[in-house]
Amino acid sequence: MSVRREGPGAPEGSRSWGWSRDLAMGVRFAFTGGREGWIRTLLTAVGVGLGVALLLLTTALPNVLSARHEREQARRDYTYDYTPKPPADDTLVIADLDSTYHGDDVRGRLVQPDGPRAPVPPGLRTFPAVGDMVVSPALKKLLESDDGALLRERLPYRITGTIGESGLIGSHELAYYAGVDGLAAKIDPPNVARISAFGEPHPFAEEAADPVLLLLVLVVFAVLLMPVAVFVATAVRFGGERRDRRLAALRLIGSDSRMVRRIAAGEALAGALLGLVLGTLFFLAGRQIAGTAEVFRVSVFPSYLNPSPALAVLVAVAVPMAAVLVTLFALRGVVIEPLGVVRTARPARRRLWWRLLLPAGGLALLYPMLGQGRENGDFNQYMVTCGVLLLLVGVTALLPWVVEAVVARLHSGGVAWQLAVRRLQLSSGSAARMVNGIAVAVAGAIALQMLFTGVDADYTKATGQDVTRAQMEVSVPDGVPMARVTRELGATKGVRKVVALSEGNLGERRMSADLNAQVTVGDCAALREVATLPSCREGDVFALRGSDYDDNMQKLTGFRTLFLDPADGEEDTESTPVAWTVPRGLKQAQTRLDMTGVKRGGFLVTPAALPAKGAATVHGHVFLGLDPSVPDAQEYVRNTAARIDPLADPMTWSATVESGRFASIRTGLFVGAACVLALIGVSLLVSQLEQLRERRKLLSALVAFGTRRRTLSMSVLWQTAIPIALGLGLAAVVGLTLGTVLLKMTGTSVSVDWVSVLSMTGVGAGVVLLVTLLSLPPLVRLMRPDGLRTE
Amino acid sequence: MSIGHTLLGLLESGPRHGYDLKRAFDEKFGHDRPLHYGQVYSTMSRLLKNGLVEIDGIEAGDGPERKRYAITEAGVTDVRRWLATPEKPEPYLQSTLYTKVVLALLTRRDASELLDTQRSEHLRMMRMLTERKRKGDLADQLICDHALFHLEADLRWLELTAARLDRLAEAVTAR
Amino acid sequence: MTSPTPPPGSLLTASELRKTYGPTTALDGAAFSIHPGEVVAVMGPSGSGKSTLLHCLAGIVTPDSGSITYDGREMATMNDSQRSALRRSEFGFVFQFGQLVPELSCVENVALPLRLNGTGRKEAERTALSWMERLEVDDLKGKRPGEVSGGQGQRVAVARSLVTSPRVLFADEPTGALDSLNGERVMELLTDAARSTNAAVVLVTHEARVAAYSDREVVVRDGRSRDMERVV
Repeated sequence: MSVRREGPGAPEGSRSWGWSRDLAMGVRFAFTGGREGWIRTLLTAVGVGLGVALLLLTTALPNVLSARHEREQARRDYTYDYTPKPPADDTLVIADLDSTYHGDDVRGRLVQPDGPRAPVPPGLRTFPAVGDMVVSPALKKLLESDDGALLRERLPYRITGTIGESGLIGSHELAYYAGVDGLAAKIDPPNVARISAFGEPHPFAEEAADPVLLLLVLVVFAVLLMPVAVFVATAVRFGGERRDRRLAALRLIGSDSRMVRRIAAGEALAGALLGLVLGTLFFLAGRQIAGTAEVFRVSVFPSYLNPSPALAVLVAVAVPMAAVLVTLFALRGVVIEPLGVVRTARPARRRLWWRLLLPAGGLALLYPMLGQGRENGDFNQYMVTCGVLLLLVGVTALLPWVVEAVVARLHSGGVAWQLAVRRLQLSSGSAARMVNGIAVAVAGAIALQMLFTGVDADYTKATGQDVTRAQMEVSVPDGVPMARVTRELGATKGVRKVVALSEGNLGERRMSADLNAQVTVGDCAALREVATLPSCREGDVFALRGSDYDDNMQKLTGFRTLFLDPADGEEDTESTPVAWTVPRGLKQAQTRLDMTGVKRGGFLVTPAALPAKGAATVHGHVFLGLDPSVPDAQEYVRNTAARIDPLADPMTWSATVESGRFASIRTGLFVGAACVLALIGVSLLVSQLEQLRERRKLLSALVAFGTRRRTLSMSVLWQTAIPIALGLGLAAVVGLTLGTVLLKMTGTSVSVDWVSVLSMTGVGAGVVLLVTLLSLPPLVRLMRPDGLRTE
Repeated sequence: MSIGHTLLGLLESGPRHGYDLKRAFDEKFGHDRPLHYGQVYSTMSRLLKNGLVEIDGIEAGDGPERKRYAITEAGVTDVRRWLATPEKPEPYLQSTLYTKVVLALLTRRDASELLDTQRSEHLRMMRMLTERKRKGDLADQLICDHALFHLEADLRWLELTAARLDRLAEAVTAR
Repeated sequence: MTSPTPPPGSLLTASELRKTYGPTTALDGAAFSIHPGEVVAVMGPSGSGKSTLLHCLAGIVTPDSGSITYDGREMATMNDSQRSALRRSEFGFVFQFGQLVPELSCVENVALPLRLNGTGRKEAERTALSWMERLEVDDLKGKRPGEVSGGQGQRVAVARSLVTSPRVLFADEPTGALDSLNGERVMELLTDAARSTNAAVVLVTHEARVAAYSDREVVVRDGRSRDMERVV
């Protein structure tokens, strides 16, 4: 190796040449350093690769959302057109039959083309013949498996083909198009309609971004990306101590300290470049896997996961550069001497002030937006992102200081504790680095959880449904006799209670009524669910009291004849008013909160008291109480409903419904957090194992003089547990602060969701415990006396 | 070791009786073999004859111990020359041990047994010297170390030979 | 080779020890015996099985076959934790290097075996300090092993091996990393201290000058041992 002196007089040109030459030499060392060198480079590359893959995935996420959105729009069958459309040879009657099976959504459509030029849905070549259906690959698989037996019953069609990718929004989507006849007679927008084209008639790019939703998205991305950055920074430091020894050897043969630093940077660069390649491979592999996997009921096609080119280039440039910078930064406190690496015995005490500047700066950026809320316009995206990032970076800057300050004050207890504390005192920096990623992820997650819980009320609507009284509701299509529905559903396995109620409207005039009231038809048992009845017999009619419509009722009870389903006006041809003579024995009844969460008003009518034609004017709903011990009760109900009429619409009740958009952000956070925590777990494990391998000889000696394996294992646990506890503590503080600020920004009242704080820190702690557990078998192996044998 | 030069050197610090000379010699160098009076007497006569010492005074009585000797200018020069002349390193090319090993091999006796026994003997001596060294003063330590290092060198040779016995056997029997 | 019945007065006896690591045979019928207060050197070329013999004798490694008796007890009948307890309380260890815990101060290192035996921190460190005085390293008590010289570190290690007043001290090339002056000083202190407590010392070394501190030597060659006192 030639030795170059780089004196003050060295020409400028040779300086940059020196840079590239030293970097190149470092790159060469990374690959020619023997088995050990290879392993180190590979570890770095795998670490960086995982980070790169995650980054690429993140940059591809917006594409996924828009790809799904476009597909969804392209296959839209717009059925909200209430003006009747005459059949033509380019029209089609379609019925929406969305259902649920074992918690998965099943997108179902019944189709009946009116003519040869009827629009074919995306993903289909031809229409299925009557009695046939075309299904998505996932549905096909499900129906062919034993798990799909119950669904098979519900879909009595012959499978004649599969829906192509262009007709689906995810590889795991369950969807079918079935050919039927007689659908034209059932046209009833929006459930059954005649259409002349697929696709959104009024395409919209994206839902106009709600500033709060936008804030959520920004924060989610910031929170996910920070730990990845921390991880990449950790990965390029894998195997640092061996590398230091090699650098010392280079110094011995005449490299100056600047040269070895550049060579070290070159090594890291090699690892990072290899990492880029691996990351791309991981990403491509992940893309294929993503096509086969389904996370939180969201599945995608590999083709959706295309990172935008600009972001991909940014990743390709930023990651290797970051690797070089981190290496140079890490070597800052290290003096590489020819005879070894000297870390200043007691490194300068960490200073607090600049570490505090980062989170303080973050808060300062967020402060002007406090109290702005949803009404006062958009947030400044850059300020929000920078502020959040600075706060989170603050965690990584503060943590080493906190660990050092706390660990220096710990007193020794048992041997295991003493070993751990002393080790932490000597190298608190590396301990802090180890948990930085988790701390950042947890801080971000706590903040997000708070934000979610805080704005939950706005985006999650209470349905009012009383799930203790009924768990399912079946909407009965017109023309189907209620008695049959009630009977068949009552006989369905898993159904404990059936409450059948039909609802309609009545007015005092045949057309353009001034006074309106609701009519509820049901047997006495069913009526008791909505009101307190004094007594009840078939043929009774009740006027309800105690609702908001008491005034109206007073007036209406004065009429002798009322009209069911009064027409809205001249143009209203849909309504079929039926005259109804109010019976003499009109009883009064006190309304009560029904199972849909409403205190209804109007009239309660037993079926016998309804005029013969009246049945057609009311719409039937059957409320079902299910037996929780029958696991598939919901599926049995859906099957019965489908048998009665495919258009019967069974719904499962829940206490709340979330806004769809909100749910998808939450889903994204969970998916991301899972990936990030797995990634950090891997890096923790790698550095833990590396540390143990370096102490192999010492461990063997300690075991030789009788140290219990338990003592050593406990010391390893303490050694991770102490920094983790501190990291999680700090994460909780920063997370709560950030959460509070974000909530104030959205103008929501601040409340701390302790359950989520505990569960988030718990998840972080769980990862650490898992890593410690996984590193115990190698520890036990390393404690074998083989380590005592001289190499 | 040259007794004449040693005694001359001892005289450099000042005139002494023959008896003092013997005592000083024994104390510093004669750990294993103290000088006889006769040796002192004959050596001093030789030095007198060569003009390297002179009689400084005689006390009443008889015998060499009554004479006080002093070093002459020529004597000082002689001591200086002796100290400046390097000793010829001992090459140890004629080794009884080597002869024994080869003979054992030639006569198909157990050479490793011989080596082990010899090693044990060497170690016994080394133990003795080590023990003496621990109890003695600095002079003792240096003298013992000298011997210990030589014995250690022998022991190393024994180890090496033991490790190469097979090849040596081939070589000597083939010849 | 010794007979299976231990010689009278023997503290630690081994016979017919065999141990293989994969394809290599480390011990092939080795034997050993030591009395209380005796210093026995285990000599032999590198790779001859010296260290493996020491590891077997100390109960760190279980031999494939053969018998080891310590104080009338057969080691093969003890389980791992019993052997660990034995090593903690009855044995002491000095290795060539890499045995001091770098994070602990010297006095904490010396006190470690006592603390493993359940002695309180204060008392353990007091005892440790008295042993450090005997080995003339008490002025290093607050230093970390990385801050002291090789000879000092080795003396700290010797102090640690003696702090529990073990009945057998196992020393594996204790001077291997030291120059001869420091090595001799360590050997003097080690043997003096061991003699003063009547501890037996098993001293593995390839250096004759170190072996000269012993009372007798056992030579290991190709996994077989040879007790020179019995031969001569």
